[in-house]
Amino acid sequence: MHFLNGITLLLIYQLIGEVSVLLLRIPVPGPVLGMVMLFLTLAFRGCSTASLDSASSALLSHLSLLFVPAGVGMIVHFDRIIHEWLPITIALVLSTVITMAATAVIMLASGRLLSKKGQKDG
Amino acid sequence: MVEPDLAAIWVYLSATPLLGLTITLIAYSLAYRLYIYANSNPLLNPVLTSVIVLIILLVLTNTSYETYFAGGQFVHFLLGPATVALAIPLYQQCSKLRQLFIPVAITVISGVIIGAFSSIGIAWFLGASLQTQLSLSPKSVTAPVAMGISEQIGGLPSLTAVLVVVTGIIGATIGTKLFDLMRIKDDSVKGIAMGITAHGIGTARAFQVSPEMGAFSGLAMALSAFASAVILPWLLNLIGMLN
Repeated sequence: MHFLNGITLLLIYQLIGEVSVLLLRIPVPGPVLGMVMLFLTLAFRGCSTASLDSASSALLSHLSLLFVPAGVGMIVHFDRIIHEWLPITIALVLSTVITMAATAVIMLASGRLLSKKGQKDG
Repeated sequence: MVEPDLAAIWVYLSATPLLGLTITLIAYSLAYRLYIYANSNPLLNPVLTSVIVLIILLVLTNTSYETYFAGGQFVHFLLGPATVALAIPLYQQCSKLRQLFIPVAITVISGVIIGAFSSIGIAWFLGASLQTQLSLSPKSVTAPVAMGISEQIGGLPSLTAVLVVVTGIIGATIGTKLFDLMRIKDDSVKGIAMGITAHGIGTARAFQVSPEMGAFSGLAMALSAFASAVILPWLLNLIGMLN
């Protein structure tokens, strides 16, 4: 019963998210708005529930399975991938290295800056 | 008279969603076992392996993607509630988030912008088409959200799904070596960078290094999913990439 209640709640939040996005023309995918609303609800309540925990861990523990049918969709884009494999591969590898190095440096620098400022203020 | 019977069974099975759904689950559970057996080698990522196996099966049996997806859609549908479910781990990291809110926010927002525009820029420079550039832009975002963004900005969601998975594998493979090279030792910094760049696949890798790195990676993944969904369509529209 726990799992059923949890998944029902997740679907309700997704539904509210999807409908709000359509009605208010918010440029965010519906489930993402649902996630934010659920997060705000939890933060407001101050605790999660056992049924939500069981549904979310069941879904998230095999999150990668859910990408498989979409990944197989690559078959439809075979021509494009073969035609543009070089720019795609180089863009993926370089951009991944750049993003990871840059975010690590920014996190390190902004953390240090703020802690120094905190020490001066304090 | 075995041949005609088999053919009749095949005709029946290929017309129902049952086959597509079942082979998806079989392919994934086999791929997952192979991954565990190989000590979680990131090159044997179960998504990559099962996608390759399923594509080979479809090509060999001359089955169209539409026929397969009639079954696959039942798994695909769960991406929506799974995205909503990300709120729970995010909520569990709430106290950590409060402590480091400002540096994390600065890093997530700049990471989203750097990740999207470095891939668009490099792909554009090397002559990729606009639709490919757009499909590349959310490559560091967790797949359900990335596909939503891709659809919204006029990319190809299924191409984005593949690019997201490959990005995650690249990030999980090079991440720890890159951090060693940069002499970064703080697990919270490593986790944040990993989660922003390599989403769930990177987060799984981060949990192998330490629970702290994993928690921060999961946090960064959820935050950057939300930030990307808000920033990317708006920013691409602003610079005139979307008509």
